[in-house]
Amino acid sequence: MTHDATSHAHPHLAPAPAPVLADADHAGHAPPADHATHPIGVYLKIWGYLFVLSTLSYLVDFFHVQGAARWLLILTFMLLKAGLIVAIFMHMAWERMALIYAILVPPLALGTLILLMWIEADYVFWTRILFLGGGE
Amino acid sequence: MATAIRNDADEPRGPAQALREFTDDWAGDQETFRHVHWGKAMMWIFLLSDTFIFSSFLVSYMTMRTSVTAPWPNASEVFALTIGGQSIPLILIAIMTFVLISSSGTMAMAVNFGYRRRRGPTAALMVATALFGATFVSMQAFEWTKLIREGVRPWTNPFGAEQFGACFFMITGFHGLHVSVGVIMLLIVASRVLRGHFDRSGDYSAVEIAGLYWHFVDLVWVFIFAFFYLW
Repeated sequence: MTHDATSHAHPHLAPAPAPVLADADHAGHAPPADHATHPIGVYLKIWGYLFVLSTLSYLVDFFHVQGAARWLLILTFMLLKAGLIVAIFMHMAWERMALIYAILVPPLALGTLILLMWIEADYVFWTRILFLGGGE
Repeated sequence: MATAIRNDADEPRGPAQALREFTDDWAGDQETFRHVHWGKAMMWIFLLSDTFIFSSFLVSYMTMRTSVTAPWPNASEVFALTIGGQSIPLILIAIMTFVLISSSGTMAMAVNFGYRRRRGPTAALMVATALFGATFVSMQAFEWTKLIREGVRPWTNPFGAEQFGACFFMITGFHGLHVSVGVIMLLIVASRVLRGHFDRSGDYSAVEIAGLYWHFVDLVWVFIFAFFYLW
């Protein structure tokens, strides 16, 4: 899907034997993204995908999917939507490596924060249950 | 020799010139992010910082929700609407999601038309984006009104854990503020497009930069939708 979009968007990459996008950027010979070369159809297609993914995540709630399956589905649809928005709508797929890494690597630190706060919240929960009479 | 150097420095220079030199000296990012418009690099860095702000809200929401002993209100029921005598779960939020995604679609096309220097379609699509955004904020105002009438406050609510109200108003309020600011920014840039401002300067980057901000607002909603409404 993404490859399809890029081959539309970059006719000048077409003669090369199917280059991986990141490699093309990294090699440094990729010219600055020429946004006028992206056909409008690419955006309409992504728009459609986002609609489908949103509908699917709504249906997860509608049909009361619970437990691990609910989390798996919600997080999958969420990450797919976020990926499409950042890569295509925000043109991150066509940016240079320096910018991509400067923006996408720092948020990885959030994983540590989430993990620590999850552990802390669990600790607080059991403290409330065991020593504070359920926190009431 | 010394006087020659001093002559150069003694030339009368206004604050505008000094500021230009100041920014020139500090604008090292132009070297780091080659072929990237400085405004675009700065917008990305602003969005990175905004990512951390919204993440802080969502992480604190997770911490509260996981540590609280009272049952958390069921979003599916709290945000249900009765349409035609039938209660449909989460329907308003679903419509808001589709409205915001549509606004992202029109914005992406506006950026594309901007780089083709098609003034009319660019401005029209940006105004359409702003209208979608205004619709979203209106629906959010409706949702807030509904919940406030039902007795939801930042410190209490009739459905369960008290922290629900604080999380709801803080997270959706901050996001709604972002959407509102975005609508104003889109209208300003759209009017500049219409007046031919960017044809004269030959640089349509402002449209793309406004677009980056707008897509980010949509991106944040993807996470709010998943974590706050679907959890």
